[in-house]
Amino acid sequence: MKLNNYIPIILVTAALALVPLVFSSNALANFMAMALIITLAAQGWNILGGVAGQTSFGHAFFFGIGCYTAAMLQFHFGINAWVAFILALVAGAGAGFILGFLSFRAGLRGSYFALITLAFAELMRILANASEWTGGAAGLLLKLKPGLANMQFESRASFLWLALAFVFVGLVISRAIAGSRFGAQLVAVRENEDAARALGVDVLAVKLKAISLSGAMTAAAGVLYVQNFLYIDANIGFGVWISIEALLAPLVGGRGLVLGPLIGTVTLHGLGELTKSFAGRTPGIDLMVFAVVLIGVVAFASGGVLGLLRRFAPGLARRIAA
Amino acid sequence: MMLRTETITMRFGGLTAVDQASLAVRKGSITGLIGPNGAGKTTMFAVIAGFLQPTGGQVLWQGNDITRLKPHQRAQLGIARTFQIVQPFQGLNVLENITVGSYLRHPHTDDAIAKARAVAERVGLGGELEQPASNLTVAGRKRLELARALATEPKLLLLDEVLAGLNPSEIRDIIPVIRAIRDDGVTIFMIEHVMQAVMNLCEEVYVLAQGQMIAEGSPAAVCNDAGVIEAYLGKGAAARIANLGGAHA
Repeated sequence: MKLNNYIPIILVTAALALVPLVFSSNALANFMAMALIITLAAQGWNILGGVAGQTSFGHAFFFGIGCYTAAMLQFHFGINAWVAFILALVAGAGAGFILGFLSFRAGLRGSYFALITLAFAELMRILANASEWTGGAAGLLLKLKPGLANMQFESRASFLWLALAFVFVGLVISRAIAGSRFGAQLVAVRENEDAARALGVDVLAVKLKAISLSGAMTAAAGVLYVQNFLYIDANIGFGVWISIEALLAPLVGGRGLVLGPLIGTVTLHGLGELTKSFAGRTPGIDLMVFAVVLIGVVAFASGGVLGLLRRFAPGLARRIAA
Repeated sequence: MMLRTETITMRFGGLTAVDQASLAVRKGSITGLIGPNGAGKTTMFAVIAGFLQPTGGQVLWQGNDITRLKPHQRAQLGIARTFQIVQPFQGLNVLENITVGSYLRHPHTDDAIAKARAVAERVGLGGELEQPASNLTVAGRKRLELARALATEPKLLLLDEVLAGLNPSEIRDIIPVIRAIRDDGVTIFMIEHVMQAVMNLCEEVYVLAQGQMIAEGSPAAVCNDAGVIEAYLGKGAAARIANLGGAHA
């Protein structure tokens, strides 16, 4: 645990924490809230898909489980939001373990694994849309009860700081993994499973740990979403949009790197908002920007933004130590 | 005995790759496994290291049956293997590659890296720690393969043709490295085609042909064995060589 490694994380978080103090624009606050939620979901994806190389196309599965665990526990049982949050983490980790156990034990990899994750997310979307417990297609609306004890905030800044604190924890966890034995095992599994096995790595156990942690993190993002909007329905919680967001951000920022999801989200959504301000409210214009960026990354910069940085400014990249 | 296999049989569908093969590797020895292409040598290694479950027979490690153990469990016991077709972690540099191995016995990062550096030095990769594994020459990759296995601090090292593809001077360089590893107390079991190395290094040699163990003994004895000569050169070859009066050794 070298403190030096954590300095870039602390600096980035501190800079983001200042944003709500300096700017009071409502639009910026909304943008930042969404960006932080997506960053956290993407950080979860990055541990499994980036570091461990198990590409998921269905992280909505975990996001939705986080959303609905938090929402249903509060809605049906009046359970405290923080307790619901902890239980949502457990549910996310458990869901990850089950999905991982079923697919990794069967030896599913690559696009087969990606398809299974998509199938699980879609299955849950259909179930959540049909069940009374989840409010069906109408969704669940939570009561407005502002206060720290209920994880709801009257001031936008307070929510942003909470979300930022979550993202910070995500960054610290990712950073700690990157410099640890577990991190080396994840990378070894990504690069070559047989070689990892020969060196004493329990591949199945490592993958299960990764997907459980990943699931918990993305579920936490779901809880944030619910606490911010106080509303959830199946197309939000288990919708393909969040699967894509969670996967796109690390790819654009730098797959498998600690700061990749954050940089990717800010880049993508920054570009999206910029285009909107130029092109007006043409529906889907930001998605077209995403598509162009994704094609660009796949074709020219497989390491994402941080990969480009490494190529053109290696000194700076090393200092970020991403 | 460090390692013993008893009547190992490995079938893939209708193909019998290994047929009732038994062998024993003495602690502290360098033992060789030779045989023509397709004899089943690598399959035998895969069975010993746990990558394949044999159709029949047992693998005994210091007297205990380990036939059902997974590869990572055998690595923990102290069995390390290299791959005939090198399997580096392409995206990682040399030091990171070796560190994955040294993490097995050293959970703390600093210890693991220190151990990895020491191993790299030992196999002659000390100057290339920061190189991406994909930049290494064939000889470099073979050394990396050896280094990673060695970093797990094995008791038994299974070397699958670590010399194949190397030129004579590279072979001359690496033979003392292998001997030094044994002198430090690591038992070595090696598949090798380079006879110069087998004659030089091995104390005992097993010969596998068409999945069956056809001979065992000292390298010199095995090379003069009529059955072995026929396995390599075809039926009647031993008699023809004897007729020519040329001693084969």
